[in-house]
Amino acid sequence: MKYIDAEQVQKKLGSRLVLNNLAKRLFFLATLVGLVVLVILFYRVVTDSIGWIDFDFLTSKLSTDAERAGIMGAISGTFWLMLVVAPITFILGVGTAIYLEEYAKKGRFQAFIQINISNLAGVPSIVFGLLGLTVFVRGLGMGAVVLAGGLTMALLVLPVVVVSAQEAIRAVPQFLRDASYGMGATKWQTIKNVVLPAALPGILTGVILALSRAIGETAPLVVLGIPALLLPLPDGIFDKFTVMPLQIYYWTIDAALVAEYANLAAATIVVLLVLLFLMNSVAIIIRNKFQKRY
Amino acid sequence: MTVITPNKNNFVSDVSGTSSVHNQADKSTVFQTKDLNLWYGEDQALKSINLEIYENEVTAIIGPSGCGKSTFIKTLNRMVELIPVVKVSGDILYREKNILEKSYKVENLRTHVGMVFQKPNPFPKSIYDNIAYGPRIHGIRNKKILDEIVEKSLRGAAIWDEVKDRLHENAYGLSGGQQQRICLARCLAIEPDVILMDEPTSALDPISTLKIEELVQELKKDYSIIIVTHNMQQAARISDKTAFFLNGEVVEFDNTNKIFSNPSDKRTEDYITGRFG
Repeated sequence: MKYIDAEQVQKKLGSRLVLNNLAKRLFFLATLVGLVVLVILFYRVVTDSIGWIDFDFLTSKLSTDAERAGIMGAISGTFWLMLVVAPITFILGVGTAIYLEEYAKKGRFQAFIQINISNLAGVPSIVFGLLGLTVFVRGLGMGAVVLAGGLTMALLVLPVVVVSAQEAIRAVPQFLRDASYGMGATKWQTIKNVVLPAALPGILTGVILALSRAIGETAPLVVLGIPALLLPLPDGIFDKFTVMPLQIYYWTIDAALVAEYANLAAATIVVLLVLLFLMNSVAIIIRNKFQKRY
Repeated sequence: MTVITPNKNNFVSDVSGTSSVHNQADKSTVFQTKDLNLWYGEDQALKSINLEIYENEVTAIIGPSGCGKSTFIKTLNRMVELIPVVKVSGDILYREKNILEKSYKVENLRTHVGMVFQKPNPFPKSIYDNIAYGPRIHGIRNKKILDEIVEKSLRGAAIWDEVKDRLHENAYGLSGGQQQRICLARCLAIEPDVILMDEPTSALDPISTLKIEELVQELKKDYSIIIVTHNMQQAARISDKTAFFLNGEVVEFDNTNKIFSNPSDKRTEDYITGRFG
């Protein structure tokens, strides 16, 4: 006998197809919500900033006069911050990932570290700010300088870099390692000559995405006591600095006093978004160019 | 990896069917295993293996899937150690030195005992850099010497003429058969004494397979070759000695002619006539 009755199938087919259609629309709607929010946000920000972004805005220093104010200070602050964050996260993040993937014995200790790295990624950024304030700004007496901010930010995005570098290293096929070991290469020679070159695009993608998160972070820097009104530009990692998201934050607050500050905030947001968009594009290009090589 | 070295006096040396092999005074022994046992966790994959591999010969390892033949040759260059749960006991003498001793450095062993893997596994680098990889990790930096090694190795693997005009192109652009010969050339570049081949033709088409087989015949003049193969005709065609593995044991080890014409063990006969496996 047959278990599936053709007539029954025919009868129920209609409602099954309706449900199928409904599911498709529902999920499209869910996608649309995010998209609409993004468009509205963009529209508001861009319309507010029209007429405010020009070459002078990018190259002028801060001023209480909205017409003359620029974000040169915030841009150079962001630049110096990244100069600290990038090498530190790269070296510590990739180093940790290499240890966990290539050297650490799979066991409780490794699992313990792994869980804690995931937990660390979930710690609110303001907590990292408190850590930075306690250890770097006060403990080591650095003050609210680029180095203190950079170290704090590096710790904040480190888990992201570790996890993405681990994934990139894990994606390097074992047969490439075998080929290297099979010729008498040591572990380090294998890592240096085979694993890292193959994993590098994935690692770079992770580092860039982590940096773009660090560029947009505000809370930890507020806790560190990074000033909003800063006239001199930073010249090195031991100088005081400010960054774009902080500038946005304070201009938004002060918009209650001077209405034009809202336009300055909007203009800064656009600059920041363009920068983030560029960085993410680079990450995507690297990923697409080098993926699926084996 | 834990290495348990038993008292050398109490190993069992005789394996059925080795009698005709012993008569080899003119050829020196490259590898000798004594009571070699290997466990993956709780599962014993090799059981008391006693084999002798002779210089300038092709030794074929045959047997059904899961019989331990791949495990066996990976033990000879200690690649099996890369699996964390492996335990080995017994002795493996390579040129009369026990390679399972802690003091024997794997890096040194693998410079003498090269390997070609089942799936062609060139590095995603240029053909030149693939071949120069081994010499470079062993410290050769001189461009002229590297050039010579690359050419010699590629000629040795009979692929020089096909790639000499594109040495700096990525090895991934080659066909599977060519890639496997690149891997063989890469292995020759470390100037090994023994070449282990783990089913080197199982991923290749018949013509590429034939090329590798011809190469093996050519290479045994200078190297000792141990080849694992699923293909019994291949073993019969290219090897001097054949070992038949079953369930982690060596059922029979003898001259290839003898194994394929007049096997002493019923199980060998059943396997080579295709009654199982």
